[in-house]
Amino acid sequence: MTAYTATVTVRLKRGVLDPEAETTRRALERLGFELDGLRSMDRFEVDLEAADPAAAEERADEMAERLLANPTIHDYEVEVRER
Amino acid sequence: MTVTVVQFGGSNCDRDAVGALSHLGIDAERVWHEDGLPEDTTGIVLPGGFSYGDYLRAGAMAARSPVMAEVRAAAEDGVPVLGVCNGAQIGCETGLTDGAFTTNASARFQCENAYLRVENADTPWTRAYDEGDVLSVPIAHGEGRFEIGEERYERLDSEGRVLFRYCDADGNVTDDANPNGSRGNVAGVLGERDTVAVLMPHPERATLPDLGSTDGQGVLRGFEAVSNA
Repeated sequence: MTAYTATVTVRLKRGVLDPEAETTRRALERLGFELDGLRSMDRFEVDLEAADPAAAEERADEMAERLLANPTIHDYEVEVRER
Repeated sequence: MTVTVVQFGGSNCDRDAVGALSHLGIDAERVWHEDGLPEDTTGIVLPGGFSYGDYLRAGAMAARSPVMAEVRAAAEDGVPVLGVCNGAQIGCETGLTDGAFTTNASARFQCENAYLRVENADTPWTRAYDEGDVLSVPIAHGEGRFEIGEERYERLDSEGRVLFRYCDADGNVTDDANPNGSRGNVAGVLGERDTVAVLMPHPERATLPDLGSTDGQGVLRGFEAVSNA
């Protein structure tokens, strides 16, 4: 078994309104910053042990499917590295 | 023969739900989620509130708690289930109903009165009304914007599973009357069975005459047939 950290990034699907990001963008502009856009997303770093990177990725993928993301509104990606 | 109001840590409309149901002569009791559903449960309310502090997403944690497996099984057996506000979010997160309730377009918590148009009067939850009736029912939520993919929305709509839409006082479904940016102004939907329904507005806050509107009574009366059987 090898120790891995699986990074799960959960973001809203394209086209789904993100009012929090929009509010944050406006606040940045109020502070005088110039920007063309802003997206926010959640990142989870999951420490786990698995036989190989593929097995670690598979488990993290299922975590995203079943809890970390809501497939109705979210896309997600998983990245695995040794820790 | 009792409607079980499932109380999670952070539920705060559970007492109101019991009070409103009792006012209508419907036997109801609060049950702590870890105690599971009582044997004599003939209906289930998932009440409003902020279960698990809205961690991750509103309703996400409660949806994965063991009692929800029991609620899903009961729903499949035809036991009526009503999710209100946080209970609606839990219902969607559990897959009892399609779609998701997420951050209001305003990015603000909104506590105000809303008008709802009855879209389908042929359900246990709306048989006290006629299609097109306008109800005055309060909302109180920060994450009530109904989101769903285009195809799934079309299916929901064509199958008559949209229960209520936000409208103006005259029943016009307009963008201005949409408090939270919900797709299609949807305020409440049915599950696969019409015995399962969720809505963001609070019918239990529009039941007792002392609180003003009693327009929400008909929704709670959806439990009546079974609880008095």
